Amino acid sequence: MSRALFVHRAGPALTLQDDGRPGWITYGLSRGGAMDRLALAEGRALLGQKGSVALEMGGMGGLFEATEDLRIALTGAPMRATIDGAPLLWHASHLLPRGATLDIGPATSGAYGYLHVGGGFEGPELLGAVSAHLTAGLGRAVEAGARLPVGPDRGGATGRKLPVEDRFGGGTLRVVASLQTALFPEDQRDRFAEEGFTRDNRANRMGVKVNPDGPGYGVEGGLSVVSEVIALGDIQMTGDGAPFVLLAECQTTGGYPRLATVIPADLPRIAQAPAGARLRFRWISLDEALAAEVTRRRLEAELSRRAVPVVRHPADVPDLLSHKLVSGFSSGDHHDH
Amino acid sequence: MALDVATYPIIRTVGIDGLLVSFGDRLGEPANRAAIAFRAEVERAGWDGVEETSSSLVSCYLRFDPLAVRHADLEAKLRALMGSRDWLEAELPHGRRLHRIPTVYGGALAPQFGEAAAAAGLSEDDALESLSSARVRVTALGFAPGQPYLGQLPECWDVPRQQALTPKVPKGALVLAIRQFVLFAVTAPTGWRHVGQTAATLFRMGDARPFLLAPGDEVIFPAVSEEAFSNMAADPGGGASWEALP
Repeated sequence: MSRALFVHRAGPALTLQDDGRPGWITYGLSRGGAMDRLALAEGRALLGQKGSVALEMGGMGGLFEATEDLRIALTGAPMRATIDGAPLLWHASHLLPRGATLDIGPATSGAYGYLHVGGGFEGPELLGAVSAHLTAGLGRAVEAGARLPVGPDRGGATGRKLPVEDRFGGGTLRVVASLQTALFPEDQRDRFAEEGFTRDNRANRMGVKVNPDGPGYGVEGGLSVVSEVIALGDIQMTGDGAPFVLLAECQTTGGYPRLATVIPADLPRIAQAPAGARLRFRWISLDEALAAEVTRRRLEAELSRRAVPVVRHPADVPDLLSHKLVSGFSSGDHHDH
Repeated sequence: MALDVATYPIIRTVGIDGLLVSFGDRLGEPANRAAIAFRAEVERAGWDGVEETSSSLVSCYLRFDPLAVRHADLEAKLRALMGSRDWLEAELPHGRRLHRIPTVYGGALAPQFGEAAAAAGLSEDDALESLSSARVRVTALGFAPGQPYLGQLPECWDVPRQQALTPKVPKGALVLAIRQFVLFAVTAPTGWRHVGQTAATLFRMGDARPFLLAPGDEVIFPAVSEEAFSNMAADPGGGASWEALP
């Protein structure tokens, strides 16, 4: 039987995601791709592969079964996960034996968890990517009963984990001034960095609403601003004055005024903020933002070196499957465990 | 950031990896033409580090790798290009297309045609003549992939958006407000009036050029009967045709 993962039960927001489709803004298609691109990179680093497609799980995972032994990695928002009842470490890679049951429950913090498989998920490529972009009508959600084909795995270790900074409970987001910042009165720009915000219940792959502790934000004549290009992380003020941070599936242009832009290094933190999370914003200069971008890229490039073997005392682990340290296997090979 | 500078064009940053050259602060034919012509020139220049360009209603956007090319260096190149000519007088670039997209005006397929004609102060016959002969330009694409804003219609069509949203217009709906058309790529709600119905497919996966329309293309929406329309619905292109513009 060909390599695949069966989906026996699916959470409400399961989609295949990769880096999305840059380059189509002028035609009205936003980039899309994984909401937490760092989690995508972490999974690839854990499995030692590049460019692979992962399963993004909004809020909750599902019940899965592999047709062959698969290497898997779990990244992003930590979720309760087990293989045949044995608990799995998050931010780590594991072996999922053929026929075993992988059960991924609700997120314990954060918003989007990611299930990666050795070889990556395969799917029809549309405009150079597999990512579902539901807002644009590209691809579709993964539902119960699906059979997700898995590409050939060049093989490699499992039982590795990544030290991950907690970005799953809100925190401070660094922002830069953008094209429309100067439209906003100075007192609003100051207050934006002084007060606290709470992540609203309303959020999806287009963006996240955050409610200010104080009054709303807006500009005089804000509704007659000519539509302009939208960048990932732009903070738009809609009619009710609550900021809306625009994310992967945002529109490409918009007429609502935008106060600032969250820098790329902090986009995972806002994408992962769960409902009710407390958030703050901090203005930084463009130079500081570029320095942060240098750091972001360096950390991402170093991810594979930072993966370390999971070392636990065997007595602490009732089921050795969840603790298998090394599994060298490659595509097409069959192993008995 | 220089919003207080009244003399266009202006350059502003977009996030950490974008620059935006704007030719006006409201939609106008010359500013839109300038944005389209300027973007074509930036594309032709092929500067290192530039990863994507686009034109919107009045602006040209560049996304670039800010660690590969400095903002100041790219801005200097843009300023040199901006100063090289009067972009508001620029010719539109080559490679554009003129499309003809057959349209049913009024009736059950486009129920707000009569209302829109009345808002424009025209008889239905005159409104039909005006809309079906208008040659409009794709000023920008957005909201949904491949979905165009088209302008500008004659002044009588400067009718406001309606107060309430129409919960749903079908894919291919031609809607109108403030001297512009939008041709819907998908079924969606709208505050614009549904004056015509087309069978056009704006976004077709698998084609070499998946989007029917590009910024700067021109479109005529000739009137056809409901009967002719029902025949076209079976055509994958919805009866649309195009020719290259000189």
